[in-house]
Amino acid sequence: MSSIRVTVIDREGTSHELEAPTDMNMNVMELCKSAELPVEGTCGGMAMCASCHCYVESAHAGSMPEKSDDEEDMLDEAFHVNDQSRLGCQIRLEDALEGMVIRLAPVG
Amino acid sequence: MIQTDILIIGAGPCGLFTVFEAGLLKLRCHLIDALPQAGGQCAEIYPKKPIYDIPAYPEILAGDLVDRLMEQAKPFQPGFTLGERAETIIKDDEGQFVVTTNRGTVHRAPTIAIAGGLGCFEPRKPPVERLQDYEDHGVEYIIKDPEFYRGKKVVISGGGDSALDWTNFLADGVASEVTLVHRRDGFRGHPDSVQKVLDLAAAGKIRLLTNGEVVGVAGEERLETLTVKHKTEGEIEVETDHWVPLFGLSPKLGPIADWNLNITKNAIEVDTLDYSTNVDGIYAIGDINTYPGKLKLILCGFHEATLMVQSAFKRIYPDKNLVLKYTTVNGVNGF
Repeated sequence: MSSIRVTVIDREGTSHELEAPTDMNMNVMELCKSAELPVEGTCGGMAMCASCHCYVESAHAGSMPEKSDDEEDMLDEAFHVNDQSRLGCQIRLEDALEGMVIRLAPVG
Repeated sequence: MIQTDILIIGAGPCGLFTVFEAGLLKLRCHLIDALPQAGGQCAEIYPKKPIYDIPAYPEILAGDLVDRLMEQAKPFQPGFTLGERAETIIKDDEGQFVVTTNRGTVHRAPTIAIAGGLGCFEPRKPPVERLQDYEDHGVEYIIKDPEFYRGKKVVISGGGDSALDWTNFLADGVASEVTLVHRRDGFRGHPDSVQKVLDLAAAGKIRLLTNGEVVGVAGEERLETLTVKHKTEGEIEVETDHWVPLFGLSPKLGPIADWNLNITKNAIEVDTLDYSTNVDGIYAIGDINTYPGKLKLILCGFHEATLMVQSAFKRIYPDKNLVLKYTTVNGVNGF
């Protein structure tokens, strides 16, 4: 089983070093939920609720697929959105994301 | 007053399937939901999205799943109180629960099944300091009656259909001034509505502030000024009578949080024997409950509903022997 290391910084500022499988077709929202981090994932990963809004703090944004219209639209309904904003459910865990650092956006 | 056997709070997939399972045991159900239609998240957030993990359906649209659950529940004639939020609960002299909604509708039942998903959907409120001070004093999250804004200066925030539609409507001789503030250049609404907004802006009939975000509210007794942070132009002050932020809905646990139930991380603790809560006679099923190993899946909610009604039956008819009904023997016999 192949995996990468991903750091997730929670809303209290605590870093969580997670081992993330890349052969399970998982995304960042699912990774956070399985690590019992406070991510709701209300809509089940369809880019329809923004409860997995996070910031990509490492230089991995270029290694990810660009935001779809659905994701961009949903970010319109989120708050505290900046240039690093993504929906965790739209970031698929892949080898290119080794060492990625994610910060959970405030709930709002 | 509405009397029933099982009062179900939440008309999502899990609540609807409860009607069927309860009906097999000749128990009647009534459902309350804060949304104006049955179906919960499936109907409100993603009716057109496919679901892949319902047994025997390799793929089914969320909206279609709701339609089929409604059809399955139909022989058991469920009652509905829609568009109202279950607010208070008391136990009467006969040990029955009396639940009253925010609009004053009263329901009575010996058992309650909370199938509230993640709670009731409420407007998303932007994180602006002192926003609460101006709620109903210039800040509204829903436009109930457009006449309320006649001759007034109105700022709308958001980029979706409701923001666009209301901008167009209020700009058409209703409000005296309309400003639309949106985070970016693009809009996700219907192309016709987007074009109309752009045309109105070009004609000087509305003020369009894209790449902007409202970050401050101010005023003596009621709202007078908004601060809009613009990506390139810095902070802009906008004088206004009203601000209507339209950022969609998000679920909140709501009044259920005050029903003396044991709650962990926004979910109600239950015993997996029968999905009963710490309050005798109140059950919690589906996404709203939690127990060791809990998975928030529609599939699991169906299972929980099925076991829960067995326990509810025994509670309502302690002297009757419950015989498990197999629909394969006699089919489904409605009321």
